[in-house]
Amino acid sequence: MSPHAFAVFAALLRNRSGLTIGPDKLYLLETRLTPLLRQHRIANLDGLATRLAQGRCEKLARAVVEAMATNETYFFRDITPFAHFRDHTLRYLHASRPASASLRLWSAAASTGQEAYSLAMIVAESSPWLGARGIEIVATDIARTPLERARAGHYTQFEIQRGVPMAALVRHFQKQEAGWRIAENLRAMVRFQEWNLLTDLSPLGRFDVIFCRNVLIYFDRPTKMRVLEALAEQLAPDGVLYLGGAETTLGLTSRLVPEPGAPSVYRRVSDATGTIALEMNASSSAAASAIERRPVSRPRSGAFGTS
Amino acid sequence: MAVARCLCLVVDDSRVVRKVARRILETQGFAVEEAENGQLALDACRRHLPGAILLDWNMPVMNGIEFLQNLRREFGPERPPVLFCTTETEMSYIEQAIANGAQEFIMKPFDDDILLAKFAQVGLL
Repeated sequence: MSPHAFAVFAALLRNRSGLTIGPDKLYLLETRLTPLLRQHRIANLDGLATRLAQGRCEKLARAVVEAMATNETYFFRDITPFAHFRDHTLRYLHASRPASASLRLWSAAASTGQEAYSLAMIVAESSPWLGARGIEIVATDIARTPLERARAGHYTQFEIQRGVPMAALVRHFQKQEAGWRIAENLRAMVRFQEWNLLTDLSPLGRFDVIFCRNVLIYFDRPTKMRVLEALAEQLAPDGVLYLGGAETTLGLTSRLVPEPGAPSVYRRVSDATGTIALEMNASSSAAASAIERRPVSRPRSGAFGTS
Repeated sequence: MAVARCLCLVVDDSRVVRKVARRILETQGFAVEEAENGQLALDACRRHLPGAILLDWNMPVMNGIEFLQNLRREFGPERPPVLFCTTETEMSYIEQAIANGAQEFIMKPFDDDILLAKFAQVGLL
């Protein structure tokens, strides 16, 4: 692949999905885009880059972004954040919100839906004490194809075994001729929607909980800052953000602080104390300031000390 | 100072399955003992109760569910966690495993990821 072709792919991915790709990831371009070459009868990656550089091929550009997205996910991945959500966050939110208020949960890089359905299983199993509390689960992803699989709620035996405990399998899945299907009540609980995290998130509304795990690792620093600011904006004043184990908000935003003793858990702080006090380069500053801030009230102290 | 390793009893009439499971578990620091049917597994438990049991369903002499019932009867709450590992994937088998006190259910074929995820789920890793 020519340096020019690589530059075309790198720019397309960075601009459309935030994905940062260095020359060491050439093999990823080759392995993930080869099926696309066959599908569109294009001889090689240089040819694909030429077509993309010519513009006017929106469908092809989308297909490249989709093909390069990492869809690795499984039910109850890393378990600890889900246990924290079940044992602390959900209980706190239920206790602190009026009975009539629905809780809004967001799986922000839903891929094939395992994260969103893991949350749905926790909600379903918490129904004895949640009572009639309304819960809305929104699950978004930039890629259309995995979302179609997520909506169908059909999983292979391999996918099921990577995380679904035996008891949950019995309660929440039905055996199909090939694989397993999530129960209809859980499927109905989740709304899957195509959405790019780099675009305006405000139409999605405010969320009490955001799971955005193993997404930031693919972004460069300015994009991480931009996305974290945007997520903070969509989070309720006492809302909680769950990141992946290798991700952090430290040094990227002061609006989301780590929950002491709870790895991967971040709480929003009020704008009054959350002014950016970090050294940012010019482009980072521009990205961060592009996100409009709205005034919010101060969160309750000791929000999670009660359970 | 030597660290005591958790002993896992692998019960399966397939020598290949026992070998694969042994390889995966030993890489995680388990000591592994093998038995090729439920009766031999029960004898092994009477000699020395393991820390975990990976259990096939269909075996000659004594099958998995009969072994589990005997284990429960003889050792009660002292019995180690049992993870079924079987080609049986119907819901009725899983329900039967739960009813007889199994902690997890692994559907063959399995690989390192699945086996270790299930061991982690029951707190063995």
